[in-house]
Amino acid sequence: MTTTTQATAVTGAVGTAHTRVEGRDKVTGAARYAGEIPFDELAHGWMVLSTVARGRIRSVETSAVLRMPGVLTVLHHGNAPRVDSDYVGMLGTPDPTAAVFQHERVPHMGWPVALVVAETSEQAREAAEALVVHYEEEPHDVTFSAGHPDAYQVDGFMPAVTEKGDLEAELAASALVVDAEYTTPEEHHNPMEPHAATALWDGGRLEVVDSNQGTAWVASEIANMFSLDPASVRVRSEHVGGGFGSKGLRAHQVAAVMAATGLRRPVRVVMTRRQMFSLAGYRSPTTQRIRLGARADGRLRALDHSSLSLTSTVHEFVEPSAGVARVMYDADAHHTANRVVRLDVPTPTWMRAPGEAPGSFAVEAALDELAEKCGIDPIELRVRNEPETGPVSGLPFSSRNLLACFREGARRFGWADRDPRPGLRRDGRWLLGTGTAAASFGAGAGPSTAAMTAEADGTFTVRINAADIGTGARTALTLVAADALEVAPDRVQVRIGDSDFGPAWIAGGSMGTRSWAWAVTAAAGELRERLALNTGIPPEGITVRSDTTAAIGALAQKERHSFGAQFAEVAVDPATGEVRVRRMLGIFAAGRIVNPLTARGQLVGGMIWGISMALHEEAVRDRASGGHYGADLAGYHVAAHADVPLVEADWVDDPDPDDPVGIKGIGEIGIVGAAAAIANAVWHATGVRHRHLPIRPDRVLSANSAGGSSA
Amino acid sequence: MAPAPSTYSVITLNINGEKYSLPVDHRTTLLDALREHLDLTGTKKGCDQGQCGACTLLIDGRRAVSCLQLAVAAEGREITTIEGVAEGEQLHPVQQAFLDLDGYQCGYCTPGQICSALGVIEEHAAGWPSAVTDDVRPEAGPPPLSADEIRERMSGNLCRCGAYVSIVQAVAQAAEAQTTEAEAEEAAA
Amino acid sequence: MREFGYQRVLDVSGAVALLDADPDARFLGGGTNLVDLMKTGVERPARLVDVRELPLDRIESTRDGGLRIGATVTNSDLAAHPEVRRRYPALTQAVLAGASGQLRNMATVGGNLLQRTRCGYFTDVTKPCNKRVPGSGCPAIEGEHHNHAILGASEHCVATHPSDMGVALTAFDAVVSYETADGPGELPLAAFYLPVGDTPHLETALPPGALITGVTLPPAPTAANSRYRKVRERASYAFAIGSIAAALDVEDGLVRDVRLAFGAVASRPWRAREAERALAGGPATADAFAAAANAELAAARPLPHNAYKVTLMRNLVVAVLTELAEEASR
Repeated sequence: MTTTTQATAVTGAVGTAHTRVEGRDKVTGAARYAGEIPFDELAHGWMVLSTVARGRIRSVETSAVLRMPGVLTVLHHGNAPRVDSDYVGMLGTPDPTAAVFQHERVPHMGWPVALVVAETSEQAREAAEALVVHYEEEPHDVTFSAGHPDAYQVDGFMPAVTEKGDLEAELAASALVVDAEYTTPEEHHNPMEPHAATALWDGGRLEVVDSNQGTAWVASEIANMFSLDPASVRVRSEHVGGGFGSKGLRAHQVAAVMAATGLRRPVRVVMTRRQMFSLAGYRSPTTQRIRLGARADGRLRALDHSSLSLTSTVHEFVEPSAGVARVMYDADAHHTANRVVRLDVPTPTWMRAPGEAPGSFAVEAALDELAEKCGIDPIELRVRNEPETGPVSGLPFSSRNLLACFREGARRFGWADRDPRPGLRRDGRWLLGTGTAAASFGAGAGPSTAAMTAEADGTFTVRINAADIGTGARTALTLVAADALEVAPDRVQVRIGDSDFGPAWIAGGSMGTRSWAWAVTAAAGELRERLALNTGIPPEGITVRSDTTAAIGALAQKERHSFGAQFAEVAVDPATGEVRVRRMLGIFAAGRIVNPLTARGQLVGGMIWGISMALHEEAVRDRASGGHYGADLAGYHVAAHADVPLVEADWVDDPDPDDPVGIKGIGEIGIVGAAAAIANAVWHATGVRHRHLPIRPDRVLSANSAGGSSA
Repeated sequence: MAPAPSTYSVITLNINGEKYSLPVDHRTTLLDALREHLDLTGTKKGCDQGQCGACTLLIDGRRAVSCLQLAVAAEGREITTIEGVAEGEQLHPVQQAFLDLDGYQCGYCTPGQICSALGVIEEHAAGWPSAVTDDVRPEAGPPPLSADEIRERMSGNLCRCGAYVSIVQAVAQAAEAQTTEAEAEEAAA
Repeated sequence: MREFGYQRVLDVSGAVALLDADPDARFLGGGTNLVDLMKTGVERPARLVDVRELPLDRIESTRDGGLRIGATVTNSDLAAHPEVRRRYPALTQAVLAGASGQLRNMATVGGNLLQRTRCGYFTDVTKPCNKRVPGSGCPAIEGEHHNHAILGASEHCVATHPSDMGVALTAFDAVVSYETADGPGELPLAAFYLPVGDTPHLETALPPGALITGVTLPPAPTAANSRYRKVRERASYAFAIGSIAAALDVEDGLVRDVRLAFGAVASRPWRAREAERALAGGPATADAFAAAANAELAAARPLPHNAYKVTLMRNLVVAVLTELAEEASR
């Protein structure tokens, strides 16, 4: 075996299509996800959730259940170990719904009240169903509405309010005004793989085999909660069946750790699909009021975006929908505000493009209404309102190639031939229309560490605590490492999803691949310096470590975002209210694209989320019980194959000058603006504005018979 | 009153050409028997209610959801899971097409999509119409396996990552290859 | 899910005897509805009698030119059968509009007729439901009901029947055959499902312990020109919010024969006899179709959030009959 570096440099892996390195395992069923790793003496836990929306647990009748076949234990607030939830973790304080079995209060329907552990999953399920819990029920309030008296402003991850100029004066002076309310419903991530964790103690260390978006993050949360030395907790998560923001610390991991600790054997807890609706987080419904005031030529004098979302009574989370215009559009008077109301419901969380997804629906639909009023093409309206610097921050953009996206998209979509008048095109029973919308999403990086080893056999091993939740991160990092080392990708092995690999950013905020690639690039640079000394490679290899904390901290303050232009063509049957998307095109300026094959899939996937958001997704809360109606995949529709036409995504050249690889991040921007483009196309097809998602057949029919915009 | 019946049985399942004997609780679904008792975890549990298709496999050559199939009721039937689709190291053309065209992202719905695609190709070859077939009368002949036909026939397999576009392309490519191969064999014979 | 016994039966008399002996037993066909209901706790049988291997899996022509469909014929085999596609194309379309390919491969004809409502209150044992727990109340009336019944419902239950297949069978006057310990029997599908009234938990007129053995379709030349249209909240793999099975025979611009049935609007597949009567012998025009639909829908009693179904069904009647009239005149 050679122990020297290769003679000829190989680069160009980044930017070239590469099938997934774990692809064979995924198509043969060999890839094992969290609930699929076998353990000797494995016991099965089944969670019991509250059947009231507010109140107090009076008693948990465990004795009958403990006599049932195979039952090992029943954990509840009366016997569970105490945990600490009074800490600030990597992304804030924990959601108390995850700190299970600590008190008798029930703050929402589906609150975890017990864990039944048994020898088999069938026994655990039956016993969990048989467990009788008595409650003292209290009146609840789960009704979300724009006029809720208890709404308040709160900062969350960005300031609640930004204000510039005299809004009312500018509105009064505007030639044209749009003033409309838009709503989006409660939406759920519903990754295909339900949340699953197996906990066990092994040689004095707690090990959790889990499905999450960041093992170091989850490990540190568990260490905090159980007051353990962080080094004594190991979390692994090799393959993750989707996350979309929902896979952080949740009730199932905490319950599994409690049970494994008490029983001294491995315990697996898997959420059922129905339980996920209460325990996995979700996107808050929003009601958003937009007021736009414009000169006759479409340039904005006034922009007001006020958004209300909800949170639980036990934890604060803001869906920051009003943040969109802080990046996208300027006006002489520019006001944005995010408010929340606390209700007796579970806590919402990040869901693909938090803030931007619902916020862009409202802003981009309102702009389409303004374009109609001004008699200006919707793309031209955006051209006329393109800001020079951040509308609120005043900071320069690192790069802003929005107009390039619109130009390329308009060319490929055939926008120039569009007749702007609504309700004119027909294909049999279908009315046809087209629509467009802009997209943006923040481009950031988080501190990460990586280890890279030059092996004695001439290959390289990268260890980084990345998570591949379907993003293709494992493959992307292989390509990044190969180019940085100037070797062929097949000489690089990337290992991920193990908290023992050290701290790293999570698969979230569209920041994963960029953050990890930065650390990998830094490690490769140092390793090449070491190898250049030509001292030979010992049998254990040469390992270097990188840490990007300082480099990322040194980044200049700029407006850093990806941008995009969305185009959709829809068909609407006015007799039945059915809406079908016929084609979609998204053109993005989203930094350097590492792997065109997987990147295209991820962008298209985001756009399909937009179809799903526009037409299908909606969790319905039953006012009387305070719980969901139809909390399953038959009741909560996500787009199926037949809903999805040929959806195309492509990009313009847009490398980030401040990133070592030029990456910006592509995980979320695909959904941004997509629902607005579809809603705008529905207006173009029918002449009716739909301001409430999803655009269901009954809403289309009711709007038709009302003869105007939908109520 | 009838005497209380036994609630478990020792059964033999025929999976991927191998026989597996095991005691099962009658409540155990085929899906759980595979995943929790036989360490065949390629078949995925997405909803456990027949609402997502992740657990799709083939029973007597036809696609079925294993979450609603009791294991005890599957005795005596030929079961093919994702682990039995490739011929040794040689991937099935459907698997290869999913890999080449990136017909997945997280991979969790993938075994179900692939098994479903195997069924779709067979069902179409047998001349079965679908809900988007214009004319279902036998005189109209079998519909071409267009993208719309594939989309309708694959709709029982949800993919939350939204890999539908490349999945449809992969199924079309594999079906085309299979048709070409069958025609070549026919021509040779 | 509680523990249960399991027996596989190979002959009809054995199946019927087992159920007769144990009131907590249920027949297991494809399991696509029953196993799900057992998982959600709606059904808790003590014994399952697996009837999937009974010799009831054939589709045969009857002497008078109709079809006899065995109870264990799968939905897929029913839809694919050449004589069904030729003589009753709307039946094939209805079956193919239901569920998914994998579920249709499992589900049986008998099971399809006996499937339970997908009302979200019925399938959630933590909520009240008169159909599941008589007397507990119907929260849908004040709560979520945008996909509930507009015809034939009562203040005790507004759930709909979820079958697509049953809608086409209803339009074509199918007759259900069954076997009991006391011998065989028959029920026209029109009399198979009971009115809701104050007993929504009693769904069919089948005697206790009866096993459906098959469904007979009488000859219906009109059915050769038939169509099933289903509207739902996504393009596939979803239950209907409104559907229609229609067959039409037109001669010299006049309606010679018409069959109409609605889905997802009532606790059973809804035969639109008022509309049929209004159309018989009259002109086959869009105006006449709309007037006939209105005649049928005059009995509709929508709730605040499902009034759109009245519009939807009227539009479907006009659209589908117009298409069929065009085809009939070709």
